[in-house]
Amino acid sequence: MTTIAHQILAPLRAGLTGVPGVSVPRPGAGPAGDEGLARRLRALACTAPLHDLDARKSNLAGEYAVYGMAELGLAAIDLVTLYMDFDTGADRDQILAKLLPRAAAQAPERPAEEHLRVSRWVLESLINVGSVDRGFRAVYGMFTPDGAYVRHDYDFKLIEEFPGRDGGIYLRATDEAVNVLVGALDTDVASAQIAAEVKLEVLIARGRLADAQLAAEQARYRTVQYAETLRRALDATRRNVRAVDWLNAVPDMIAEALDHVADRYRHETAILTNIRRARDEAEDAQHKRRAAELVDIVKDCIRRHTQLQSRLLEAGPLFRAEQDRQAFATPAARAGTDLYGQLLATTLPLPVEQAGTVVGAFFARGAGFRAPGSVRLCDLVDALLTPPVEREHLGAELPEPDLVATPDDSRFSEEQLEAALQILDLPPDAPRRLSGLLAEARRQDPELPYLLALLAVHAASPPVGVAHRQGEDRLLFAVDDGTPLDDPEFGGADLIVGTAVLREAPRQGHGEPRDKPIGVRSRTSGVADAQ
Amino acid sequence: MIPEPAPPAEGEHRTPVETVADAVGAQDPTAPRAASAPQITPGDVSEASRLVGFGLQPKLLPARDAEYGALVRRYREDPPFARLADAVAAGLGLIVLEVSPRTGMAVAAAEDSVFAVRMGEYSRRAASDSGDRFLHGLAHLAVAALAFPRPEDLADDGYLGRISVNGVDAFVRQACKRLAERAEAEGEITDPASDAPGLEAAWRVYTRRSATGATKDARRLSGSTTGIIGKAVSFLVDSGFLQKISDDSGGTYRTTARYQLQVRELAASAAMAELLELGIVPVSDGSASLVPPPDGSEALAADAGLPFHAL
Repeated sequence: MTTIAHQILAPLRAGLTGVPGVSVPRPGAGPAGDEGLARRLRALACTAPLHDLDARKSNLAGEYAVYGMAELGLAAIDLVTLYMDFDTGADRDQILAKLLPRAAAQAPERPAEEHLRVSRWVLESLINVGSVDRGFRAVYGMFTPDGAYVRHDYDFKLIEEFPGRDGGIYLRATDEAVNVLVGALDTDVASAQIAAEVKLEVLIARGRLADAQLAAEQARYRTVQYAETLRRALDATRRNVRAVDWLNAVPDMIAEALDHVADRYRHETAILTNIRRARDEAEDAQHKRRAAELVDIVKDCIRRHTQLQSRLLEAGPLFRAEQDRQAFATPAARAGTDLYGQLLATTLPLPVEQAGTVVGAFFARGAGFRAPGSVRLCDLVDALLTPPVEREHLGAELPEPDLVATPDDSRFSEEQLEAALQILDLPPDAPRRLSGLLAEARRQDPELPYLLALLAVHAASPPVGVAHRQGEDRLLFAVDDGTPLDDPEFGGADLIVGTAVLREAPRQGHGEPRDKPIGVRSRTSGVADAQ
Repeated sequence: MIPEPAPPAEGEHRTPVETVADAVGAQDPTAPRAASAPQITPGDVSEASRLVGFGLQPKLLPARDAEYGALVRRYREDPPFARLADAVAAGLGLIVLEVSPRTGMAVAAAEDSVFAVRMGEYSRRAASDSGDRFLHGLAHLAVAALAFPRPEDLADDGYLGRISVNGVDAFVRQACKRLAERAEAEGEITDPASDAPGLEAAWRVYTRRSATGATKDARRLSGSTTGIIGKAVSFLVDSGFLQKISDDSGGTYRTTARYQLQVRELAASAAMAELLELGIVPVSDGSASLVPPPDGSEALAADAGLPFHAL
């Protein structure tokens, strides 16, 4: 409320005092506060792609509301972070395979194919495959020291694709992604590491293993992030020594990192001893299992520290080697050709004959080569002498089906049905009692009343809609008026059975096609429907 | 087992068979390498040829084959061996583009080499029909142009392009549509003269061809533009230039380091030389010519995967 009042009052006050409001009153506590706000806005932006996943799932063709896309996305970032190594990133298929069980658990009744589709969509959305630089952009505003409001673009990525040494394509979680994942937004790598470790020790000392595991996992993410920072510095060095400050920044960082590795190694070995004790002393099976998991996590942390340390030691020699290589290499004087602007767009308006020679030249040098197949003479002779396989136009011959006459086990014969229908073929204006019909049927055939009773019972719920659709003009119906049936074989209500005439309802517009199917067929099908 | 070579005293009576046995014997890893001895041994030639042989399997990468990896390492560390391997490749009519762990031995066929692919072999229809010849070539150019949309993408070794068959078609179609609109606005008559079909504007040939068509066996219609692009793409996959990611949008693919090399080092300059021959000098200041739409109102090519306009 106060801020709103402030905003409303400020111009007023400016007007009242007669001083023109030249600069907008700056909210917050000076440039430092603004910077903090910008940092938090950037951190907030990193979570946007995850929310976006859930917002966009309705755009997918299909019913995907049941999936928790943000959860899948966060799990994917989690997996990539855990599986990426110093040299290689995480394998895409491996990540997808690990993501599948979660998608399957969210919608167990859906086909596995859909789970894969959803997992792939989530992963590709996090890479942001659709955009050209495979990244995201957020816009935020800041006040400059002289009071002007300036908008900035903040570009970030969550998962990056990059080529591996073996030519394969791997995934890496970016720093931003690790920050989103851990939730510790805008924190210093080193201090976060120490904080997590101290927290871990305290937690273990208090025996709160569930929280300890969380802290240990956070410590591992931090470790990975540390390694990632170094990897990027080394990568940049490999490309261009001058891009990295090897005079101060990197040596400082390496020295610092080495100190940290030594420090953390000591810490974590101590932690490991503690947890091992906790594991062995724990009574509760749950505690024991969690402690065992913790041991694994901390072991993995130590493994990563060792890996980081060996890289740190190699960094110096790598720099010197790269400096030598790059200082004496001939400068790469190639600006990339603009394939679209210089070639494609230039070629399309040309006459087709000229254009053909241009694209022909591109094809000849750009399609690759083919190793011609060479034939051994004996193979050739064999191939030529082998009679061609006869190709049947009609396909393989079908075996004659061995038909066995099935015994006619129908309860009633066709003739009985005919007879029963004949009895039931009542004039529309003269309905009859079921008892009378049964007596008439019994006179013809002792079995017939059963069929008749069956048909009458079905007529109690006549399929009016079906009959109408099929264009029937009459329909058998049966109504119970409460009279009990007096019959030696049957009990129940003495139904009134009659024939109703169906009339086309007066309808506007198009009428139903009225071609009438064959009477007997439609009737039997009506019976079948009722059954 | 290979018999031990005869002692030097009897060397003068050697038969050719023994010489071959000697050459094979030199392949023994315990035998001294050429690096220490200045002269080339038959074993070195055999290894250099083996490396070229590996290079002729474009989908094979050194990381997946220990022997290949060792030969690539030797090429990079042993200059006489590298010269020897280059010579073997040149003798076979191959151009060595790069030998590195990421690409392996990337070779390309010289123009008159037995390894070169000719348009007539690539597509039988293209041999006789100039329109088809153009479309097949254009498909390759368009795939490359979409795989590396900006000049810096082609120059950056770390860049991975991503294309889809439908995306390439949609993009080229949009470019052609804009040319048609422009021609119409300028009042040009683009209908070709009946007696000079070769003078028809190239984009018209593309516009005329249907994008797709139904076939009896649910395969892509080979004469449609997506069929032609699909053929180009699968050919490039076999050349080790693209890798299939999924079946989405008619097939989605990623580029490999080899493709970037081939386009950058050979194909682009060959096409450029041809244009110069025709008296057309495409000038670029190194900046991208694909631009985002000015106000976002105009539709982008669907599926192309680029937030860019054609033209």
